Amino acid sequence: MSAVIDDHAGHEHDHGPAKGLMRWVLTTNHKDIGTMYLWFSFTMFLLGGSFAMVIRAELFQPGLQIVEPAFFNQMTTMHGLIMVFGAVMPAFVGLANWMIPLMIGAPDMALPRLNNFSFWLLPAAFAMLVSTLFTAGGGPNFGWTFYAPLSTTYAPESVTFFIFAIHMMGISSIMGAINVIATILNLRAPGMTLMKMPLFVWTWLITAFLLIAVMPVLAGCVTMMLMDIHFGTSFFSAAGGGDPVLFQHVFWFFGHPEVYIMILPAFGAVSSIIPAFSRKPLFGYTSMVYATASIAFLSFIVWAHHMFVVGIPVVGELFFMYATMLIAVPTGVKVFNWVSTMWEGSLTFETPMLFAVAFVILFTIGGFSGLMLAIAPADFQYHDTYFVVAHFHYVLVPGAIFGIFASAYYWLPKWTGHMYDETLGKLHFWLSFIGMNMAFFPMHFVGLAGMPRRVPDYNLQFADFNMVSSIGAFIFGATQIFFLFIVIKCIRGGEPAPAKPWDGAEGLEWTVPSPAPYHTFVTPPEVK
Amino acid sequence: MSETISIKRLVKRLLMLAVVMFAFGFALVPLYDVMCKAFGINGKTGGQYEGSQVTDPTRKVRVQFLSTNNIDMVWDFYSKADEIDVHPGAVNEMIFVAHNPSDHPMTAQAIPSISPAEAAAYFHKTECFCFSQQVLQPGERIEMPVRFIVDRDLPADVKHLTLAYTLFDITARQPPVASINGQVPKGEQ
Ligand code: HEM
Ligand SMILES: [Cu+2]
Repeated sequence: MSAVIDDHAGHEHDHGPAKGLMRWVLTTNHKDIGTMYLWFSFTMFLLGGSFAMVIRAELFQPGLQIVEPAFFNQMTTMHGLIMVFGAVMPAFVGLANWMIPLMIGAPDMALPRLNNFSFWLLPAAFAMLVSTLFTAGGGPNFGWTFYAPLSTTYAPESVTFFIFAIHMMGISSIMGAINVIATILNLRAPGMTLMKMPLFVWTWLITAFLLIAVMPVLAGCVTMMLMDIHFGTSFFSAAGGGDPVLFQHVFWFFGHPEVYIMILPAFGAVSSIIPAFSRKPLFGYTSMVYATASIAFLSFIVWAHHMFVVGIPVVGELFFMYATMLIAVPTGVKVFNWVSTMWEGSLTFETPMLFAVAFVILFTIGGFSGLMLAIAPADFQYHDTYFVVAHFHYVLVPGAIFGIFASAYYWLPKWTGHMYDETLGKLHFWLSFIGMNMAFFPMHFVGLAGMPRRVPDYNLQFADFNMVSSIGAFIFGATQIFFLFIVIKCIRGGEPAPAKPWDGAEGLEWTVPSPAPYHTFVTPPEVK
Repeated sequence: MSETISIKRLVKRLLMLAVVMFAFGFALVPLYDVMCKAFGINGKTGGQYEGSQVTDPTRKVRVQFLSTNNIDMVWDFYSKADEIDVHPGAVNEMIFVAHNPSDHPMTAQAIPSISPAEAAAYFHKTECFCFSQQVLQPGERIEMPVRFIVDRDLPADVKHLTLAYTLFDITARQPPVASINGQVPKGEQ
């Protein structure tokens, strides 16, 4: 037995990673790049989170106590930008890099060098974006949706750096998406037909097409801003014949598909995790694939539900209202399938499953508040209040972020070769669960009562709920440092993980040893 | 080997898709303009109206006038009356007054908008100061006419229209000397 292991170790040495820093700078290995994406994402998660802590500290009590309103605006803007583009999206690209080749039996991503470049663009882009906070005029302060003319006529000087940062992130995402599509379409192991692919692969394939379709529109949008600011055009300036409302159309044409870019991969991961811990195959695999595709298609024709109050004709309001509600149908199919998968299963609740089950329940709450917002006449009341903030945090935190946590715990044994500490993992889950609900649930109430979003001060009537929100946010924030500890502990040691640590898990990734060797599936596996 | 070739082709196609979508982002600009003008979305009014209509003396529509200065604009800017009653089909006139109280020549551009938005397509301007830019010397004051026809096909439930102008200071963009020939920026009527 030991001879076999020695043999294997020797083999590893020959083809293992290069030593030192250059391993990471120059690597084209999908696992290394996946790891870097995940660490980058986690760093951004903590940075964006610390901005959220500033926001919640200021909102702890009514009145201005901690920061200037001008700085508060920079915090809300940077929090949103960093979480969307720096934390959630790169985390999913990291998971894609690590897992897609392992799931489809490919030796690596299809375009390994491009992969390296896609990653390294991100630290450059975010270094540039974050550095604007230290400029004299301050960083972006116009909200993560950067509506013109706030982001053009009235923008701080640093907006140009913001624009270039968005360009770089866009290029990175587009190249990453091309890589994912090329990998999935060309490098599947023999026998791995499209309809045998794990749902994570499916949802990523569809997400990648969404990325290629809308990131260029975002690039066009910021390019128009750049031209308005520096070259005297008037795309968004009424004085020169342009129209600020046009900005919102262009932005949300990108923006709504973007919110699905942030959730579809989580749908996929959860669709692997729930069957594993229910010890039953996924209920309704085919309908899951079609539901994902219809969500992606519908996401292109609902953008104006973000603009119900700009003065759209009634027919337009009705169209976008019904189209938006239609999205709830395929989404409902998915929720139904997850619940049916658990139905009469032999459930166990290890940490990944806890996060996955919470995902199903809490994401559904976000879906329902979305439906409320989709009612055009009602949205006149809800729009730009904390109710919207509650809605999108319910779909993004227990949706996207819990999906990422569930994936991390599920695949950590495969990545590190060790089991994470189950007790600590569960503690992380429960603290996150409590903190997150405490932070975001009261926002529904203050929103319905009329508290506007993006304000540093508020009416006394909202005081108690805001204090609860802030305490919840601090709990949630502190808990994530604890997650860092759990991950480091798992990397450094722990019970050795077998190739397949979850008895109900399915998929090719569990056929390779844990930790996954540096090179896997050099000869493609045969899929029955 | 055939695998790599097909990857190349796939990547080329995907890149093409990205380029097409980038262009599509820009195509949204004229598309939006056309849609707005065609359907009067957003209260956008069309360009100069060339037609004429027969007056409908049986129907009356009240037209209100609003004049607003954009932020930092120092001119006095107002209409001679706040509102008038008009018959659909008839040509009406309203005089707007502008005065430059500053000590330097300035250029201004007025941008019209109609509420309710669905009436915009039925509001025709045969002459408007918003079709060109205004250059005023220090202390100069001018009277600017707008002539308009409310279309006979205006939906019956619209009994009340508002024509709102916002006046923008575009001195920096169009220095007063350069714009004497009444040059209009791109996309503007
Ligand atoms: C059933 C599905 C959903 C429906 C019907 C829905 C509906 C809506 C509506 C109508 C708004 C606009 C509210 C307003 O500004 O007045 C909105 C905002 C938002 N939604 Fe959803 N939504 C759904 C799912 C999602 C998902 C899955 C995500 C992301 C993962 C998401 C993220 C957002 C974000 C980020 C905003 C706010 C953007 C902003 O103004 O900053 N939504 N949603
Ligand atoms: Cu949306």
